[in-house]
This record gives sequence, C-alpha cells and structure tokens, in this order.
Amino acid sequence: MKPEDFDYVAQMLKTRSGLVLTKDKSYLLESRLMPVARKRGFKGLDDLVAQLRRRDEALAADVTEAMTTNESFFFRDMKPFEQFRDVVLPNLIKTRAAKKSFRIWCAAASSGQEPYSLAIILKEASARLQGWRTEIVGTDISREILQKARAGLYSQFEVQRGLPIQLMVKYFKKKEDQWEIDPALRAMVQYKEWNLLQDLRGLGQFDVIFCRNVLIYFDQPTKSMVLDNMSKQLADDGVLYLGGAETVLGISDKFKPIPGQRGVYAVNKPGAPANGASLGVAAV
Amino acid sequence: MKSCLIVDDSKVIRMVARKILTELQFTTAEAEDGQQALDSCKANMPDAVLLDWNMPVMNGIDFLRALRQLPGGDHPVVVFCTTENDIEHIQEAIEAGANEYIMKPFDSEILQAKFAQVGLFEQG
Repeated sequence: MKPEDFDYVAQMLKTRSGLVLTKDKSYLLESRLMPVARKRGFKGLDDLVAQLRRRDEALAADVTEAMTTNESFFFRDMKPFEQFRDVVLPNLIKTRAAKKSFRIWCAAASSGQEPYSLAIILKEASARLQGWRTEIVGTDISREILQKARAGLYSQFEVQRGLPIQLMVKYFKKKEDQWEIDPALRAMVQYKEWNLLQDLRGLGQFDVIFCRNVLIYFDQPTKSMVLDNMSKQLADDGVLYLGGAETVLGISDKFKPIPGQRGVYAVNKPGAPANGASLGVAAV
Repeated sequence: MKSCLIVDDSKVIRMVARKILTELQFTTAEAEDGQQALDSCKANMPDAVLLDWNMPVMNGIDFLRALRQLPGGDHPVVVFCTTENDIEHIQEAIEAGANEYIMKPFDSEILQAKFAQVGLFEQG
C-alpha cells in the first residue's frame, strides 16, 4: 500500500473509531481490507482507497468495521472471570441485597464470548440470585459482529476456545455444524451498537464494566477521555476490568488499581469509598 | 517437567501433538492404541493423556475406564481428542472420567487452552 494511502486510511480510522494504526500494522490493514476490496469488486487496495477518497460513506463504515473487529475467546485469560465470580459477585449480592439488581457492561462485546461468559457465571450462581434482576449490556462499534453475537452461533473452533467442556455440554446445542448457545443465556444479554467515543450517558449506570483489549488501539488522549467518561457511568464502589496489557496509570486519575488484583480497577473520585469498600476487594 | 502420553493411531496426529506439547515443556510418550497406552501407564504413569477415541485393538473409552481402575490411575488428567463431536459421546467420556474434550480438527491454541483449563500449566 502506498504511504499516502496508508496515512489516509489511518487518519480516517482515527477519526471514526479512535483506532490508532501505526506503520508496523500495515500488514494488518492489508489482510483485513483485502476481503472488503474483494466484496466490493475492487482490483486491489489502491482502488479501494481511491473510492474512500470520494467520501463513500458505506465503504468507510465497512473499512472501520473490518479494522475494529477482534477474535474473541470464552473466559478469555480466565483470571478476570474467576475474580468476578469469587470476589465481585459475592460483594454485589451482599451490597445490592435491598434492590436486588445490578448491571454489567461489556464495552467491546465483539461476537459475544465475553458477555456470554458472564451470563454463564450468573446462571451458575442462580441459586443465590433468585428474584434478582441482573442485566448484561454488550456494546460494540461493529453492527456485523453484534449480529453474530445476537445469533449466539459458534463454529466448532470458536466454541472450544476457552470454554470448559462441562459448560459447553450444559449450555450449547449442536445445530448442524455449529453450536448454539442456550436461549436462556442469550436472553440475559442485551446488545447495542455503540461507539466508545460517543456520549456514554445513554447507556445508564453500571456496577461493573468490562473494557478489555480495547484501549490498546487508542492513543493517549483518547484513552484518557474514554476512561474519564466511563468513570461517570460506574457506581462509586464499582469495578472496571481492563485487558492484561492495559492500565490506567498515567492515563486517568478516575480509577485506581486494586492491590493484588491485576487488571481490576476501583473508582477514584470524590465521594467514592476507600479501596476497602470497592466491589473488587475480597471480604476479609 | 510434566509428562504426557499421546494415544492416537494416526502417526501424523501424534507428530503434531508431540510438537505442540514439546513447545509447552512436556515430555512425551506415544501409543498407537488403548492396549499400548495401558501398558505404558502401568510401566510409567504420566501426568496427562491426550486420547483418541477410535483405534484398533482397544479404543479410547475402554482404555480410559481401565486406566481409572489402575493403582494411581486417577492421577493423569485425560483429555480426549477425537472427531466424535456429538453430545452423547462427550457425555460418555465425562462419565468415564475424562477431564477435558477436544473435537478434531484442533490447533495449538485449543490444545493449549484446554490444558490450561485443567491446570496442566499456567496460561501466559
């Protein structure tokens, strides 16, 4: 790809999605955009970029979507889900006992593996959640990927990535050569198309936010802005989960790491409780 | 270093599995059928068994049931790795004492993830 074409696409992606594409990622750009070019009947990426320069809005949306879609796993990295199950969930049950409800937000729901992993955890704990109203909201910038998430249909490869066999047998049914998630789990997640650079207030208030492996694609000011906005949507004792390679340190003072819990952050704002009262801290 | 016995009648599958497991720092041994695998376990009980289902002489499920009767036979973590991909087979395997189940075709990522899930190593 010509350097000026790369710069043009990179700038467009930055504006539309916040995605920062450095020169060393040009292979990624080419491998993701070739299928888009083929679908549109272009000879190559030169023609595709030429068409983008003509302000083809539909094509720009397709390109953004192709670049912001990521492969996902059930229970990706395991640890954050164990932490949620063993620390945050018991704390939620204790502290929300009066209103019997809480809300979880998956800020990069992708093809649904993360929200469904959380739905499985809640389902497994259903004896303790009798009469509770629990909400899982999954957002993503990509309409196409959310369609897949809503369908809850996974290939044999996908259903084996991260999902323990007992849970697969319990919550998935074979449907021809694919695996379909239990409709009861599917009904626990509500999907919404949402760009993290947009106003987040329409999503409402949450007790827990999962925003894993998204910030890595943003530059520093964008990361700060997104984190600051997210902190406003989170309960004072709420928790934020980031990906293994991400941090708030030096980026936002609205969150602080919870000691001993990698990737888990407590709210840091006036009126927020001291670390000991965060949902992310294990009861002594 | 943990040990894994690879049981599969296909030489190609054994080779692919050996390559992945060696990269994961396992020592490996191989068997072509359930009977060979059982003899191998009697001589030297492994930490893990990667187990095919359909094999000549003795199949995977019969091997697993026999293994769990052996002294020390409850030690190995057994991961089935087979083209049988219906719920009935998976249930039968779990009831016979399998710890995990991989549906072929598989790749290095799936094998790694499954081994990590059953605690055979820490995922990076």
